[in-house]
Amino acid sequence: MWDYSDKVKDHFFNPKNAGAVVDANAIGEVGSISCGDALRLTLKVNPDSEIIEDAGFQTFGCGSAIASSSVLTEIIKGMTLDQALKVTNQDIAAELDGLPPEKMHCSVMGREALQAAIANYRGEEWQDDHEEGALICKCFAIDAVMIEEMVWANKLRTVEDVTNYTKAGGGCAACHEDIEAILEKVLKERGESFDPAAAPLAKPEAVAEAKPMTNLQRIKKIEEVLNSLRPQLMADGGDVELVDVVGNIAYVNMTGACNGCQMAAMTIAGIQQRLMEVLGEFIRVVPASQMPKLTDMQETTHA
Amino acid sequence: MPDIYLDNNATTKVDRAVVDAMIPFFTEQFGNPSSIHRFADGVARAIKKARGQVQELLGAEHDSEIIFTSCGTESDSTAILSAIRAQPNRKEIITTTVEHPAILSLCEALEKDGYTIHRLPVDKCGRLNLDAYQKMLSDQVAIVSVMWANNETGTIFPVEEMAEMANAAGVMFHTDAVQAVGKIPMMLQDTKIDMLSISGHKLHAPKGIGVLYLRRGTRFRPLLRGGHQERGRRAGTENTASIVGLGVACELAMQHMEFENTQVKAMRDRLERGIVAQIPHCFITGDLNNRLPNTTDIAFEYIEGEAILMLLNKAGIAASSGSACTSGSLEPSHVMRAMQIPYTAAHGTIRFSFSRYNTLHEVDEVLKVMPDIVATLRKLSPYWDSVNNAPFVNPEQAFQPTYA
Ligand SMILES: Cc1ncc(COP(=O)(O)O)c(C=O)c1O
Repeated sequence: MWDYSDKVKDHFFNPKNAGAVVDANAIGEVGSISCGDALRLTLKVNPDSEIIEDAGFQTFGCGSAIASSSVLTEIIKGMTLDQALKVTNQDIAAELDGLPPEKMHCSVMGREALQAAIANYRGEEWQDDHEEGALICKCFAIDAVMIEEMVWANKLRTVEDVTNYTKAGGGCAACHEDIEAILEKVLKERGESFDPAAAPLAKPEAVAEAKPMTNLQRIKKIEEVLNSLRPQLMADGGDVELVDVVGNIAYVNMTGACNGCQMAAMTIAGIQQRLMEVLGEFIRVVPASQMPKLTDMQETTHA
Repeated sequence: MPDIYLDNNATTKVDRAVVDAMIPFFTEQFGNPSSIHRFADGVARAIKKARGQVQELLGAEHDSEIIFTSCGTESDSTAILSAIRAQPNRKEIITTTVEHPAILSLCEALEKDGYTIHRLPVDKCGRLNLDAYQKMLSDQVAIVSVMWANNETGTIFPVEEMAEMANAAGVMFHTDAVQAVGKIPMMLQDTKIDMLSISGHKLHAPKGIGVLYLRRGTRFRPLLRGGHQERGRRAGTENTASIVGLGVACELAMQHMEFENTQVKAMRDRLERGIVAQIPHCFITGDLNNRLPNTTDIAFEYIEGEAILMLLNKAGIAASSGSACTSGSLEPSHVMRAMQIPYTAAHGTIRFSFSRYNTLHEVDEVLKVMPDIVATLRKLSPYWDSVNNAPFVNPEQAFQPTYA
């Protein structure tokens, strides 16, 4: 089964604000039954202050869909509509201490229901702005529709192009066959044929311009991310400390309640996810106890 | 109350007697069966004994028809790839829409290589149409591959009859019998089945051991070439301990065959009847009159399977689901879709699969918790009218989300 955080489990087993709000004046209904997720969000908005006074959810979906819905209602209660519109799916996932990449779409559904409900309150028509496809790249949570659109829009031809434009395939590389299949399909539709040996396009400007970070900058950035996560860990009686960064591996010490506890592995997965999002590259978080001895490391660099 | 394991179609506990038989082959008789010294003493004989035990369970005519492999998936791949390599002029394959991914993914890959794949559909009860099958058979077909029993619903296909039909048309026949072997009796020597796949871990042997049954005289091309093991039909040093374990497991399965089809079936039936009697809006999927004795797959409408599994798990009960969420894909199980189960039910399917280790007492424990679990989740469901405690009169119209 999935490695869900304690928060996800808590919101699933003890959902908050389940059921419809009586006399709701904002309703958002989104989802995709073929994906097995659908959510109705009901809000009671104070017409004078536009403050969300009450929120309720009804969800058809898995553990993380129910947990995402539940935590969403907690986040937005007391917010004004304008504040609520700023809530992102990352906020929802972060509040749950992270979701597995395959489950990030549950948090997206939460954000969409919120936008739909607010549009409903304001008498507007809510338009879904994205279509979701099968998850291709698990390292960076990129789906097939996204890749396909980028291949069309930018006339991409190789796996390397796709990685440069979407990040997909830039991590463990296990999805390269799937990316090739997408390229084959789109290129065929464009009347070209896929050539695995074709030279990649020049890197997109945004990526090309961004100077690669110096190692010091990277370490600083990693520290920043860890610091932003520490309050949560400390609230649970734990803590995390960066020990070293070698290549794309960040070695950390988990202390306090996190150390050795069953949840350590899960917390580490959450930290890793967050680091990858912020740094935009594949980072592996490993407990410092598994750090190779200095001599081993020198050997590997010599090899 | 110890945990209740009802996920035996996913994998089974290794029988204690199997483990005991295996241990010496790790620690004492660990020699390579091809070696000529005392550490290898008796190892080749032990493998031969195991081969005989598998032969017995399958009712195969010769023990040389048993080829040990590394898993069910390898056996499936070996069978299909062998058939197309041995008959390079035949470019078609017949299979079904409800096979295990071990067959379906391979066929998809072969499709890209230019093979034509005929996928027999199933009806709402998961049954095949043999007239349609008859029409697909021709001298262009390299192999027919049809599972003996479905892993999700337990539905049994008439493979013996289908093998006769293939044989009459001069076409090779393979069956993925991973879920059937050990649960229903078979006598391969009386059939026209040319190849059959087994996986050890579905019948109380370890994971990572499989068998391909290859009828004598069937044209064959090995998947792995190398040493002379398995008479050159599957190279690689034998997994001796697991082979010995599988042999013992087959003997035990033979001894328990009647128990499986009476007592185990009785447990399954009691669970099924209890659930359907207590819980509204649920139904059993598959061909109810033609199923494995140990499997039931129940669709709970308007709720989602992973959520059910999490609540079951909290109550100490292990089962599995055909919902999209449990696999991380966006679609519910291909088996449910093939049977045209509506999405609102397909996502809520739960498979309970028994083994001889289960007890009637465990069934009653599940029956105690299941109604509450379903009710709890339905209370959260937008398709469920909590006031009347029933689905909305027209649930799919009462709730029409903007589809993302
Ligand atoms: C019908 C069927 N075929 C093949 C397999 C694959 O067997 P293995 O896990 O030994 O590769 C399974 C197991 O899940 C199965 O149920």
